[in-house]
Amino acid sequence: MKTIIENVSRRRFIVGAGGLVIAAQFISLKSFAEMHEDYKTGAGAMPHGVVTDPHVFVTIDKNGLVTIIASRAEMGTGAARTTLPLIVADELEADWSRVRIKQSPGNEERYGNQDTDGSRSVRHFIQPMRHIGASVRLMLAMAAAKHWGVEVSDVEAKNHEITNKKTGAKIGYGAVAVEAMALPAPSADQVTLKTADQFRYIGKGTIKPVDQKDIIMGKAIYGIDAKVPGMKFAVVARPPVFGGKMVSYDATATMKVPGVEKVVVIEGTPAPAKFAPLGGVAVVAKNTWAAMQGRDALKITWDDGPHAVYDSAAYRAQMEETAGKPGLVVRNDGDAEKALASAAKVVTAQYYLPHISHAQMEPVSATAHFADGKLQVWAPLQSPGGTRDELAKKLGIKPEDVTVHELLLGGGFGRKSKCDYAIEAALLSKAVGAPVKVIWTREDDIQHDFFHTVSVERIDAGLDQSGKVVAWRHRSVAPTIFALFVPDPKHESALEMGMGLVDNPFDIANLRCENGEAEAHTRIGWFRSVSNIPHGFAVQCMVAEIAQAAGRDPKDMLIELIGPPRIVDPRKSQDVKDFWNYGDPFESYPIDTARLRGVVELAAEKSDWGKPLPPRHGRGIAVHRSFLTYVATVVEVAVDEKGKLTVPRVVTAVDAGFIANPERVHSQMEGAAVMGYALARYGEISFKNGRAQQGNFDTYKVTRINESPAQTEVHMVQHGLDVPSSGIGEPGVPPFAPALCNAIFAACGKRIRSLPIGDQLST
Amino acid sequence: MNVTVNGRQHAFDGDPSMPLLWYLRDELGLTGTKFGCGIAECGACTVHLDGEAVRACATPMSGVADRKVTTIEGLSPDGSHPVQKAWHALNVPQCGFCQAGQIMQAAAMLAANKNPSEAQINQTMAGNICRCGCYQRISAAIKSAITGA
Repeated sequence: MKTIIENVSRRRFIVGAGGLVIAAQFISLKSFAEMHEDYKTGAGAMPHGVVTDPHVFVTIDKNGLVTIIASRAEMGTGAARTTLPLIVADELEADWSRVRIKQSPGNEERYGNQDTDGSRSVRHFIQPMRHIGASVRLMLAMAAAKHWGVEVSDVEAKNHEITNKKTGAKIGYGAVAVEAMALPAPSADQVTLKTADQFRYIGKGTIKPVDQKDIIMGKAIYGIDAKVPGMKFAVVARPPVFGGKMVSYDATATMKVPGVEKVVVIEGTPAPAKFAPLGGVAVVAKNTWAAMQGRDALKITWDDGPHAVYDSAAYRAQMEETAGKPGLVVRNDGDAEKALASAAKVVTAQYYLPHISHAQMEPVSATAHFADGKLQVWAPLQSPGGTRDELAKKLGIKPEDVTVHELLLGGGFGRKSKCDYAIEAALLSKAVGAPVKVIWTREDDIQHDFFHTVSVERIDAGLDQSGKVVAWRHRSVAPTIFALFVPDPKHESALEMGMGLVDNPFDIANLRCENGEAEAHTRIGWFRSVSNIPHGFAVQCMVAEIAQAAGRDPKDMLIELIGPPRIVDPRKSQDVKDFWNYGDPFESYPIDTARLRGVVELAAEKSDWGKPLPPRHGRGIAVHRSFLTYVATVVEVAVDEKGKLTVPRVVTAVDAGFIANPERVHSQMEGAAVMGYALARYGEISFKNGRAQQGNFDTYKVTRINESPAQTEVHMVQHGLDVPSSGIGEPGVPPFAPALCNAIFAACGKRIRSLPIGDQLST
Repeated sequence: MNVTVNGRQHAFDGDPSMPLLWYLRDELGLTGTKFGCGIAECGACTVHLDGEAVRACATPMSGVADRKVTTIEGLSPDGSHPVQKAWHALNVPQCGFCQAGQIMQAAAMLAANKNPSEAQINQTMAGNICRCGCYQRISAAIKSAITGA
């Protein structure tokens, strides 16, 4: 945002160069940020902030064809290439049928932050995109006014044409496009945003996802589909253990495989290695199959390094031991220890959630061409701008000499935030002097993932004589994703602890959160919803366990714990350091228990909570605020005598502030139930001798259609623009697994405390 | 050997054990057929071999000699196959990566059985993974394609 404010200021300074005129203009000048005081987000604090210059994002040709730049990654939420562009088009009063979308390359200096994760796209960019669209609408009006020799107030731009209100004459956008787009960007206080009742596309959910037709016809181009003339194909043998190294290799047999052209060593980087490649031996060939055959024929001796003994079962025992002891106090309200000691009843439960792999359908892949000191990369990247910088650094060239062509992502879920595969492609292209596409097989993708963390969560709750919860102590033990960035961290970061641990919204006088030490023994990365998964699972299962102990209805217990409508501000609690509110101002996005309770009641009502069900059916409920959005989910299950689990119905209630594209909110919540089911039922990557034990969909199972929740209903709390839009891509996931496990308990009395459920129901 | 892909005949003299998938993607440039697992577990690479759904990742070139392969690019010239139309009407895809395989599987199923039951749909489509979780809409779109509604 800073850049733009400076640019605008400088231009105004030049325009009004003369004494008091400068001062007057300077005072009246309002920046985008100042104009949106009532809608503050953390967007400006992200690297490279927000760019609101309409010239960067919109062009209009003489025929009136409007081109809108999509600068963020499209991985299936629709946010980047459908929702944000339709916001621009709406404010621009463009006819959507005369709009096309163009994907920008990675370049944050030009486009602002492009890091597409954290459920930020609509949350951070709805206002900037509205501003850009409205700016262009004004520029068109100004050009038309000049054309007719009338005041700007005498013309109106609407639905792709401009009307002269004095004469009734009309002119298309194309006729004044050149003049309009040659105008400087209007200052923010000149720009008038539409009111919600004037919206044509925003909030309607009527626009078809932009790439849908191409997807259905097989014409959509994903990262793995990149075609560059003369390109070679490569696969890489990577160290089977994180932190391992290649000692020696013999490629004699490899070089005899028809189609294999070269074997190249890629150097690894000692931890903390951020997103650097793991290293290994690459086989470059004339097609993928030859490269794969060549890799199979390699003989490699590895030094497995310090994590060779990593065993997830032993590590679990170690984490459980840690959770049994006091940890670092990270929030402390009242005196939980004393209240637990004097409680009439103490309920204790310990939960385990293993590592999981993203397993997005498109394995990571990248194509690179390094020539004449310049690099081009074609890839599916959640952070195309950040990747450009990483590539420049790794190759020792300037960012200006790196072009990152962003293609569609066949799923991301956080995996494609880490650009190791793009760096591999770049190094290989440089080494062989030709364009190279790196393919990761499914086994590569799963076994060399940046895994979701593994965790043990222990909660002790103290109840008084009446069954009221008077003490709550939550100990979380999990290796941190920050092991990617700093040497040997032992504690969860503020970011992870802000995801469902220290932001606990419950009305409990004595509430204590602790974090035990844990070391990372593999690459830990962020997975859709991140630490909200383990924290939310533990907290929301615990509510049902307390209800059981107190003989209460779980939904009523949950409502009681949420307590009266109020703002919960963890910054006011003792020992909470650097409270992470998803990078956004607490004032815009407080923890509002009325909204939390609202989604619980909505989901309960829509799911017929409390109404009788057939035998061996049960309902479970869970609620969680994540990415500044409130989601409650009721899962209905049936568990037959043999332990076979089915999910006939899921009801989800979402409060995400103002909803820009309800149709894609529906799809995200439907999908969250399916992904939630996968992680609850099957999700586990286990380690032995430092090696991931699963490698493909036969051993790392995910949800299939024949077991998927049969019906997922989504209900949204309706808000106007006065309630800021919050996250959508991730918040649907955390409540699903606890709601499912609570439903299983209600159906058959089996309490699941360790994920995945696996065959626990049949034993 | 010869193979016909989307109505066009091609001569092939490479490794007969190479899966059809890599021939389509790397040699013919038909990237609509996706790589997802390589072991016939996910269905992203589903194509029609003489009208029947097969996994291209587990079908060697030797198995397609003198046979007719149809990929997503050849299902219809303009996206007008009833399955494609239903997919579009119900906004089935999210990321879309698995959808070519889903559509080819569904199209082959409906070509063989115009009115499959719910159980038959689930059984037939269970080989096609969607990690975004579009199953509810896939199911609805197939039913819509059956009835033409």
